Amino acid sequence: MKPAKFEYHAAGSPADAVALLSRLGEGGKIIAGGQSMGPMMNLRVARPEAVVDIAGATELCAVTDDGDDVLIGACVTHGQIEDGDVPDPSRGMLPHVAGGIAYRAVRNRGTIGGSVVHADPAADWVTTLIALGARIDIVGPDGSRSVQAEDFMLGAYTVSLVEGELVTAMRLPCLSEEASWGYTKLNRKVGEFADAIGAVVIDPARRFCRVVLGGLDGTPCLLHETAQAVAKGEREALPEQIRAEIERRLPEAAPGKKQIYGVALNRAVNAAIG
Amino acid sequence: MAGTGIGKRVARKEDARLVTGRGTYVADLKMPGLREVAFLRSPLAHARLSAITKPEGAGDRVFVADDLDGVLPITARSTLPTYRQSDYPVLATGKARFAGEPIAMAVAESRAEAEDLCEAIELDLDELPPIADVWRALSPDAGRVHDDWPDNLCLRTEIDQDLSELEATAAVKIEREINTARQCMMPMEGKGVLAYWDDRAAQLVVVSATQVSHIVRTGLSECLGLEQGAIRVQTVDIGGGFGYKATLQPEEVCIAWLALRYRAPFRWIEDRREHLTAGANTREHHYKIKAYADERGRLLGLDAEVWVDIGAYSVYPFTACIEAAQAGGNLPGPYKFDFYRCKTYSVATNKPPFAPYRGVARPGVCFAMEQIIDAIAREVGREPADVREENLVPLEAMPYTNITGKQYDSGDYAASLRGVRRQIGFDQVRQRQQTGEADGRLIGVGFATYTEQSAHGTAVFASWGIPIVPGYEQATVRLTADGGVEVRAGIQSIGQGLETTLAQVASEILTIPTDNIQVLLGDTAMTPYSTGAYASRGMVMAGGAVSKSANVLAERVRAIAAHLLQCEAGEIAFENGEIKSGAASLKFSDVGRAWYLRPEELPEGVDQGGLEVTEGYKPGTDLGVFSYASHAAVVAVDPATGHVEILDYAITEDCGRMVNPMVVEGQAYGGTAQGIGTALFEESPYDAFGQPLSSTLADYILPGPAELPSMRVEHMETLSPHTAHGIKGVGEGSAIAPPAAIVNAINDALRGLGVEINQAPMPPSHILDKILAAQEAAS
Repeated sequence: MKPAKFEYHAAGSPADAVALLSRLGEGGKIIAGGQSMGPMMNLRVARPEAVVDIAGATELCAVTDDGDDVLIGACVTHGQIEDGDVPDPSRGMLPHVAGGIAYRAVRNRGTIGGSVVHADPAADWVTTLIALGARIDIVGPDGSRSVQAEDFMLGAYTVSLVEGELVTAMRLPCLSEEASWGYTKLNRKVGEFADAIGAVVIDPARRFCRVVLGGLDGTPCLLHETAQAVAKGEREALPEQIRAEIERRLPEAAPGKKQIYGVALNRAVNAAIG
Repeated sequence: MAGTGIGKRVARKEDARLVTGRGTYVADLKMPGLREVAFLRSPLAHARLSAITKPEGAGDRVFVADDLDGVLPITARSTLPTYRQSDYPVLATGKARFAGEPIAMAVAESRAEAEDLCEAIELDLDELPPIADVWRALSPDAGRVHDDWPDNLCLRTEIDQDLSELEATAAVKIEREINTARQCMMPMEGKGVLAYWDDRAAQLVVVSATQVSHIVRTGLSECLGLEQGAIRVQTVDIGGGFGYKATLQPEEVCIAWLALRYRAPFRWIEDRREHLTAGANTREHHYKIKAYADERGRLLGLDAEVWVDIGAYSVYPFTACIEAAQAGGNLPGPYKFDFYRCKTYSVATNKPPFAPYRGVARPGVCFAMEQIIDAIAREVGREPADVREENLVPLEAMPYTNITGKQYDSGDYAASLRGVRRQIGFDQVRQRQQTGEADGRLIGVGFATYTEQSAHGTAVFASWGIPIVPGYEQATVRLTADGGVEVRAGIQSIGQGLETTLAQVASEILTIPTDNIQVLLGDTAMTPYSTGAYASRGMVMAGGAVSKSANVLAERVRAIAAHLLQCEAGEIAFENGEIKSGAASLKFSDVGRAWYLRPEELPEGVDQGGLEVTEGYKPGTDLGVFSYASHAAVVAVDPATGHVEILDYAITEDCGRMVNPMVVEGQAYGGTAQGIGTALFEESPYDAFGQPLSSTLADYILPGPAELPSMRVEHMETLSPHTAHGIKGVGEGSAIAPPAAIVNAINDALRGLGVEINQAPMPPSHILDKILAAQEAAS
C-alpha cells in the first residue's frame, strides 16, 4: 500500500497551480489535504504522474467577504471550520457539519475544496453546499468561472472541472438572522460516511428554502416540492410529502433505504422548523 | 498493604514506553542493508497457476515457489479421526486457493519499489469455480479446495445422545438458525517479520511479531530443514495479537528463507489492506439448534449442528479444527442439562485460513446459547434473567463435570448474574420500558453468562494430536549481585501486561519491588521453552512457573542469609525487600554480593545452582481452570432507522486470584470493545466469486470511542483449587459475551414489534429490514 512513483510540485498560488497543470497535462493532479488522494494513491487506485500541492497557496487558505458572498478558500480545513477559526456565513451549520466529518486527524488536514472535488456522494460538504445555495469558484487556463454547487457535481466522483482547472473557493451567501437550518446524517458510527443525509436551510428573508437528500449513489437530490411545503409551513403534510417525493425521485431504492432517507429528511426539517 | 505483590494495583511497567511512542516494533527496526519485501497475492479466489512471468532482469529480486529450494509447506497435522491433512505452501503452488494468497515476493530498497516490482509480474491464471461459502462447499457439484480430498470437509465431530424421549415429552421446543460473520482480528500492529543471518552466532535470526516465538522456531526448522540451534526467534514490542500472531505465517518462512539464501536482512510489514483481505480469517460460524425445556424453562437437552468456514488451509500449530471442536465442546457453556447432541463440520472454502481469535469458538457458542436461553424464557413467559439463573450450574454442584466433560473447578455463576443484574439496575430498566422514551427509541436489557476455559494443558492438546502440546511451563528467576531480580520466560507479551504481572508474582514471594524486577520474554536464545501466549494461559502457566522458581530461589537466599546472619534458615523472613531474622537484617544485595563477588563468604555445601533457578510448572489439572462472568447491556434501538446505542454496560467477573486488578479491568475493557465490534460493526463480506468486499477501513467498521460505553466492572475472586495462588486465566473472556448480551438486549427492545435478530454483526440496515418485514407481515 505505497504509491506508484510520482513527481511532486508545490504551487504557491492558484495561478502557479494553473501553470503547472497546463505544463503537466493530464498526468498532473491537484493535492491539498491529501485525505482522499493520499489513500487512493497508496492503494494505487489513483496513479498521477505528478501531483501539484496547493496546500501552501495562502490565498486558497483564506476566508473573505466580498460584500455579497463569503468565500471559503478551497484549502480551508474541516478543522478550521469546526473550530470557528474562519468567518461563518451559515449561522452555525458549517461548523456543525465539519465536526461530524471523519475524526480529528482527518479534519486537521482535509480541506473543503478537496472534499467537494473528490465528490464522494456519501461525504458531507457536497450535500451541505447545495443546501446553502453555494457556488463553486473555479480557475483555469481560460480564466475563472463559477457554478452552482448542484451543477458542479455530475455524479459519484465526477465533477464539472475540465483539464487544467481547479476549485479556488466555495462562494456562500450569508444567511439572514431569521434563517434556520437542519442537518441529519445517519451513519454507522461517529464520523463515518453517510448512509443518508437530510440537509435543510430556511431563510424567509431571502425567500430561500432548500431541502436536500444526500448519501445517495450519485448526486444529492434537491427536493423542490418538499422545500415549497416547508416554506409554506405545511407542517402536518410534510411526512407524507417527503415520502411521496422520495418515492417519485428514487423509485428503485430498497424499502430500507427509502425509510432512512425519509427519517433523515423529516428530522432535518423538524430541526430547521424548530 | 504496602508492596507490589499479587493483588496490588501496580501501574504497568511497560506503559511508560508504549504510551509515549518509545516502544519498538518490527517496523521501527533499522539495519544496514535492510531490504523490504512485498508479496504478490492472488487476485482470484480459486485458480490454477498456468504461468508466472518475472519482469525482465528481476530474476534475483522476484521469487516464486519454484525458487524456494528445499522449503517445505507448512504442515499442521492432527490425530483427530476424520481430520483431513492439507499442505499450506508458503507461496502458492499448482493453484491459488483464496484471494490474497501469496504467489510471489519481490525485494527492493523500499516497500514502494517492491510493490512496483510485484505489479510488473505477469500472472497467467485459469479461473476455477470459486467455493465462496460453506453451503456451496457442501453441495455435491462443488469443486474441491484440495483436489485430492473426496469432499470439502476438513473435520467432522459428533457427540450423540438419544433425544427421542425429549422430542416426545418436552413441554417446550424451540428451534433457531444463528450466524456469526467472518471478520478480522485487527490488532493495531499487523504482522511483521525481519530476518537476517548472524555470522558470529551462525544463526538465522528472525525478529517477528509473534505470540509464539518458540513454536515459530520449531515450525521454521521444519519448513527450512534447518536445525533448531541455527535459528533464533526474537521479539520486540507487539501491538496486539489476539490469536492472529499465534500461528506460523507463510510470510515468516519466506522472509527467513531470503535471509538464509542471501545472508542479508529482509523485512515484510503487513499493511492494512493485506490484513483486511488475506487476514479475514475468523469467527464465521453457522448454527442450527433445537432446544428442549420444561414448562418453567429449565433446559433439558440440546440438539445442535455447527458449521465453521475454515477457509483454504489448516494453520500451524492449531490446525483449522480446534474452532469447531471447541464449539461442540463449549456450546453447553455454564448450563446444567443432561442430553446433548452436537455435530460439527469444519468446511474448507476459498477464503483465508481460519485462525483462533480471542475466545476461540466461545463468542460464537455464547452468542448462540444465550439467544436460546432468552428464546426459551420468552416462550414460557418468564424473565430471561430468572430462567438463566435457574439453568446455571449451581454453587453447591461445584466442582462440576458438565455434559461434555468440562470440569468446572470453582465459582458461583449465579452470583455473577445477580451481581450484573444489580449493577445494571434491572428493575429500573423494566420501569423505564413501561414509561417509554420521548425520542421514540425502544429500550432493552440483555444478559449473557459464560465460562472461559483457561490454560488447558497437556491432556487436552494431546487428545487433538496437533503440533502444539503444552507441557510444563518454565521460567527463570535470578537474583543479581545488587539485589535486583531478572525473570525470563518464553511466553510473549502482546500488550497484556506480563512484564508487570510476572514481576508482581516474583515480588509476592521475594518482597522485592517490581521496579527492581526485570522481565525478559519471548527470545528463544534467552528464555526457557514455552508454547507461547494463547488460551488465556499466561498468568496461570508462566505466573505459576515464576512463582515456583521464585520459591526455590527464596530457599537458596534463606540458606545463604542464615549463614551470614548466623541463624537457622527457618528463622529468616522477607519483608519489604529486606531479609530479617529477629532484629537482625540483611539486604538482598548482601546475599547477591556473597554469591557473585565474595564467594569466600558462602557456607559449606551451598546449593551450587546459585541464585538462578529454572523450574517447570503445570497446574493440578490439564483440563483447564474456568473463569466466568456475566455481562449486561442496556440498549436503545431506534425503530425508524435500526440504530443501536449502548446506554449502559456492566460486567461481574471472576478469574480467581487477581494478580493485578487494573490489568484484569484492562482485559475486560479491551475484550468488551472487541466483542462490541463483533456484535455491531465488524464484518468481512465476500461475494459469490470469493472476492473480499471490505478491503479498507472505510468499509470495515470498527467501534471507536464514541461507540463504546463506559463499562462498569465488578470482581469476584473464587480461587482455583488447582493452580498456584488460585489464579485463573482472563485474557480472552470479555470478548466472549458482548455479542450475546447485546443481541438479547436488542431482542428485548424489539419484542413488542415481533422482531428477533439472530446474527452478528447487527448493522442498522439488518435490524431495520427485519422491522419493516414484521410491519409488512402485520399489515
